[in-house]
Amino acid sequence: MYVYDDFDQRIINERVAQFQDQMNRYLDGKIPEEEFLPLRLQNGIYVQRYAPMLRIAVPYGMLNSQQLRKMAEIARDYDRGYAHFSTRQNLQYNWPKLEECPEILGKLAEVQMHAVQTSGNCIRNTTTDEYAGVIAEELVDPRPYCEIIRQWSTFHPEFAFLPRKFKIAVNSVEGADRAATRMHDVGIQIIRNDAGELGYRVYAGGGLGRTPILSSVVREFLPEEDLLTYLDAIIRVYNQFGRRDNKYKARIKILVKALGVERFSELVEAEWEHLKDGDGKLPSEELERIKSHFTEPDYLALEADPSTYTDALASDKAFARWVERNVRAHKKPGYAVATFALKQKGTAPGDVTDSQIFAFADLADKYSFGEARSTHQQNLVLADVEQAKLYALWQEAKALGLATPTLGLLTDMICCPGGDFCALANAKSLPIAEALQNEFDDLDYLHDLGDIDLNISGCMNACGHHHIGNIGILGVDKKGEEFYQVSLGGASGEDAAVGKILGPSFARNRMAEIIRTILDVYVDQRIDGESFIETFRRIGMDAFKAAVYPAKDSQAKA
Amino acid sequence: MTQIILDKQIANDEWTLVADDAPLSSNKEVINFSRWAAAEGADKDALVTKRDAGTLGIQLNAGDTADLLANESQGFALINVEFPKFADGRGYSAARLLRERFGYTGQLRAVGDVLFDQLFFMMRCGFNAMAMRADQDLDLAVKGFETFSAPYQADVNDTRPLFRRRS
Repeated sequence: MYVYDDFDQRIINERVAQFQDQMNRYLDGKIPEEEFLPLRLQNGIYVQRYAPMLRIAVPYGMLNSQQLRKMAEIARDYDRGYAHFSTRQNLQYNWPKLEECPEILGKLAEVQMHAVQTSGNCIRNTTTDEYAGVIAEELVDPRPYCEIIRQWSTFHPEFAFLPRKFKIAVNSVEGADRAATRMHDVGIQIIRNDAGELGYRVYAGGGLGRTPILSSVVREFLPEEDLLTYLDAIIRVYNQFGRRDNKYKARIKILVKALGVERFSELVEAEWEHLKDGDGKLPSEELERIKSHFTEPDYLALEADPSTYTDALASDKAFARWVERNVRAHKKPGYAVATFALKQKGTAPGDVTDSQIFAFADLADKYSFGEARSTHQQNLVLADVEQAKLYALWQEAKALGLATPTLGLLTDMICCPGGDFCALANAKSLPIAEALQNEFDDLDYLHDLGDIDLNISGCMNACGHHHIGNIGILGVDKKGEEFYQVSLGGASGEDAAVGKILGPSFARNRMAEIIRTILDVYVDQRIDGESFIETFRRIGMDAFKAAVYPAKDSQAKA
Repeated sequence: MTQIILDKQIANDEWTLVADDAPLSSNKEVINFSRWAAAEGADKDALVTKRDAGTLGIQLNAGDTADLLANESQGFALINVEFPKFADGRGYSAARLLRERFGYTGQLRAVGDVLFDQLFFMMRCGFNAMAMRADQDLDLAVKGFETFSAPYQADVNDTRPLFRRRS
């Protein structure tokens, strides 16, 4: 993974000093609350319902064991012994003291980490495929491009006060999109053109939130070296012409929609004409320099599927089940990619304790070249595990409570912190997740249901990605009471779609029953091997509506 | 006399912003872009004469993009770019375009809701003058230009991104 040089380290150290100074002036009463707001936001600090929340950047989800240990230390020393992985592959602390945040950032800087631009109306952490670099089907490793974008976007002088937040995702797999690229303000799909040259298809104007929209193609092929000048052009157009009068209409998706993608693209292309041959063009030496940080670890020459592994699969059903759901093929024979679900019953999705993080860092050292990844599904990955050692790894992970065999299943939910923590939320989301985990705790049933994305957001800001869940749950406020609206048919990935609302919302205590009813329709109607989303696409909304709202449901509220 | 930051130092402000319907004198005066754009005939000729004498400045207000002025910018001794709210970042793009595309070399001044913690960004985007909001501490402000010693991006002062400066 990328290792800072003196320049990178100095920039992060100077950032800590800058924020310490800003914090001092704020605490001295020299910066009013309203003006401190964007300063703290751009350093990852939200003021939540009960305490400030500090969001640490995990650039494109990559972590080494030293960084994991530092994160665990901070959870132990500055928080209440736990932390939360977000849907942006970042890590959040829910209980730090505001005045201690600069000190925490100083500790993170020691391990080349920061909280730069993890919030605020600026360019946020770039995300990508959690399996980057280890799967055979990707075109090239997307991480060097993410790092190039990270450096370019860090304290960009022109784009620190955009109309609204700005998120970029990079994908390098044709036919699969684990980064939800088209739900981003800008999506970069790495491709080759007919001449075999490397470059990008550039999308703009996607997003979730109040107005979920899939992005549109702005340029079919952009050469590799033009990445940053083109991003400059897109964001310069957005910075000048994006709406600033209404925060709900300020994302780039609204601008693209208002202008039409053709007109928007014309403006971008006209801007780019002035920039493309300037110093912002990436020299091949820089591309090579960054790529040289993402070379393969020292893989051993191994045989695929060694007998120690296949014997364990045959003899231990629970292990086989975990492998079936949570382990996927690696590009190197004899290696595997293992995902550890942070979806334990009784804890919020994405939550981990300090001792789990410490222990997971040890697992990374022991089994996966000292590296780990966080995923936008709020899980953790060890990407380079020898198949022969998977059984031992699984046993250790199981002892830590990190080996639930439920990846991609109903209970592998995405869920925002909701009204328990977040000041923006209309409703709590964690109790819904917990109720569903309690209702659906039969592993055989969950495995029989198969792949299904259930996503929960506590408000329409959609941090829980409810629009793109096969089943989406959105917390809404009805005259001071918390209700939940269900949508069906959303999907992420290559066939991304925005879900449609099923009907009137429900009280919290009915949610487990409602989800059960929806699942019953699927089980009843599915044709062999069909996943939930496939059945939904075939039979449509009406069958689900009829089951959930029989004739006149007196408990449903409009 | 009001004080501003000019070329990283505290300086006296020699310019006055004039209301759209107020007559002009031979002093150093700034008019809104809309007045310039609307002027015709003899009025315009008078403005051009004043501009060429080096005593007319122009102010881009919120929503006035730099391309409206474009190469016409080159004749002015002063261009103000208004920040209606410190969180409104349009002025950064306006400044870069004036400097990098339209060849403006005169005084480029940020006015309005101009605060200490934005100075470093402003300097990098080409502002060499800042009329800070009245409550800001100018003695502190002159220290606001050294926050980062080697930023990643190109800017108006150095067209090379860090990747062309690293070695």
